[in-house]
Amino acid sequence: MTTLLKVDGIHTYIGQYHILQGIVFEAREGEVSVLLGRNGAGKTTTLKTIMGLTPASKGSVTFHGRDITKRPTYETANKGIGYVPEDQGIFGDLTVEENMKVAMRKEDEATLARQEYVLELFPDLKTYWKKDGGHLSGGQKQMLAMARAFVHDSKLLLIDEPSKGLAPIVIEKVMEAINEMKKTTTIVLVEQNFIMASRIGDRYTLIDDGRTVQAGDMQELIHDEELKRKYLGIG
Amino acid sequence: MELLINLTINGLATGMLIFLLASGLTLIFGLMSVLNFAHGGLFAWGAYSGIWFYTLTGSFFLGILFALITGLVLGFITEKLIITPVYGNHVQQILITLGFMLVLTELLKVVWGPNQMAAKVPSYLAGSWEIGDVLIIKYRLFIIFVGFLIFGIFQYMLQKTKIGLVVRAGVMNKEMVQALGINIKRVFLYVFMAGSALAALSGVLMAPYSGVIYAEMGFEFAILAFIVVVIGGMGSFPGSLLAAILVGLAGSYMAYYVPALSLAVNMMLMAIVLIFRPQGLFTAKG
Repeated sequence: MTTLLKVDGIHTYIGQYHILQGIVFEAREGEVSVLLGRNGAGKTTTLKTIMGLTPASKGSVTFHGRDITKRPTYETANKGIGYVPEDQGIFGDLTVEENMKVAMRKEDEATLARQEYVLELFPDLKTYWKKDGGHLSGGQKQMLAMARAFVHDSKLLLIDEPSKGLAPIVIEKVMEAINEMKKTTTIVLVEQNFIMASRIGDRYTLIDDGRTVQAGDMQELIHDEELKRKYLGIG
Repeated sequence: MELLINLTINGLATGMLIFLLASGLTLIFGLMSVLNFAHGGLFAWGAYSGIWFYTLTGSFFLGILFALITGLVLGFITEKLIITPVYGNHVQQILITLGFMLVLTELLKVVWGPNQMAAKVPSYLAGSWEIGDVLIIKYRLFIIFVGFLIFGIFQYMLQKTKIGLVVRAGVMNKEMVQALGINIKRVFLYVFMAGSALAALSGVLMAPYSGVIYAEMGFEFAILAFIVVVIGGMGSFPGSLLAAILVGLAGSYMAYYVPALSLAVNMMLMAIVLIFRPQGLFTAKG
């Protein structure tokens, strides 16, 4: 399978803190790659570094064979990487419709068709189309954030903790949507909820203290009790 | 009653001039988190360049147009040379923009000399209408009209156009706007230029209103504009309008009824708003 995204030994500082100290992983086309690790391990910073929001001081990020390490965030996004941040990044004073409009670089037939598709995936968004983003529930905000990242023709989606703070029934809906999206898009997921991660992930990368400690097939990790206990505190 | 109407029109006209200056400032601060103390300098440049061109051509509207172009060009230069190197650092922004304000003021004297310059109201806007016992000065009504017109145009752009949506989204969450593929720095530049043009417009409209312009006029007015931005809520366009009208009216009424308090009233208004709504009257939700 083709490698779509390759992260090779990235180091990132936030202020004086050396957060990422050599992260290595790759996302293969058509798969869901999950970044796992404890709180503060560096998962969110890895996604931000890929997007150029916290630029790497060392190492490289390659997307579609092109080096995007030093590219500005908007260029990275325009190359086809959609980003759903941990806090969802909803524009609270804009309606659902306006949030979607900001994300649509053009309003051609293909983009409108993608919008239709994503609204079928998340019918709640259609119901609250004219409602301010700030007045949506946590689950609806998550759906809007994912729809926004997906509406542009993204080849890769980076989704940070989509289950965080959501009720189990909403988590199910989000999982169904991710399963649907993976049919057309490669996904990199940061997830603390191992049950969810194991159900939708194809591959995993374990991160600890800003370093990659292990990577492989999700099925292997599911059966590796020691690894799960050591790095995820479960099992 | 007629006194009250006159004071109100006077206050509204002053309020509109402050609004034009403050609206650019609030957008620049709201979107770019830039404290631009050079804004008053652009106001003075608008007044001088506009009145100079008005005198040269005899057309007040060409003068206004020239002031707008001056604002756009100076806005472009200021953003590229002065603001871009200090994004994200408020202390450096205050120092460099205050310094640039002094440079702009001194450059005005180099170009147009150190003396005050007279500015007349064009003949078709001069004089007044008498409605009953009320004397309505035409030029003040003109300023009020322009103020509301500009508010309408900008509100339409902010609410109904894609660039307006992006600006509003950027005020709430800059990182996310970039992550959605938008070059926020280019948007910053456009907003800065538009804000500078509004400052210049305010300056050229102010000139015939006060009858005389001088290089340091920007300092005085910029303080009022900052007060309006704080009262209205940083980044809020309608907030600026409401706050500017409040400040204009309060100044006008107080100057007549309690002259001793006319200068303090703006500070008092700001203090009251800060006590009860520290975020200002309007705020943007991220």
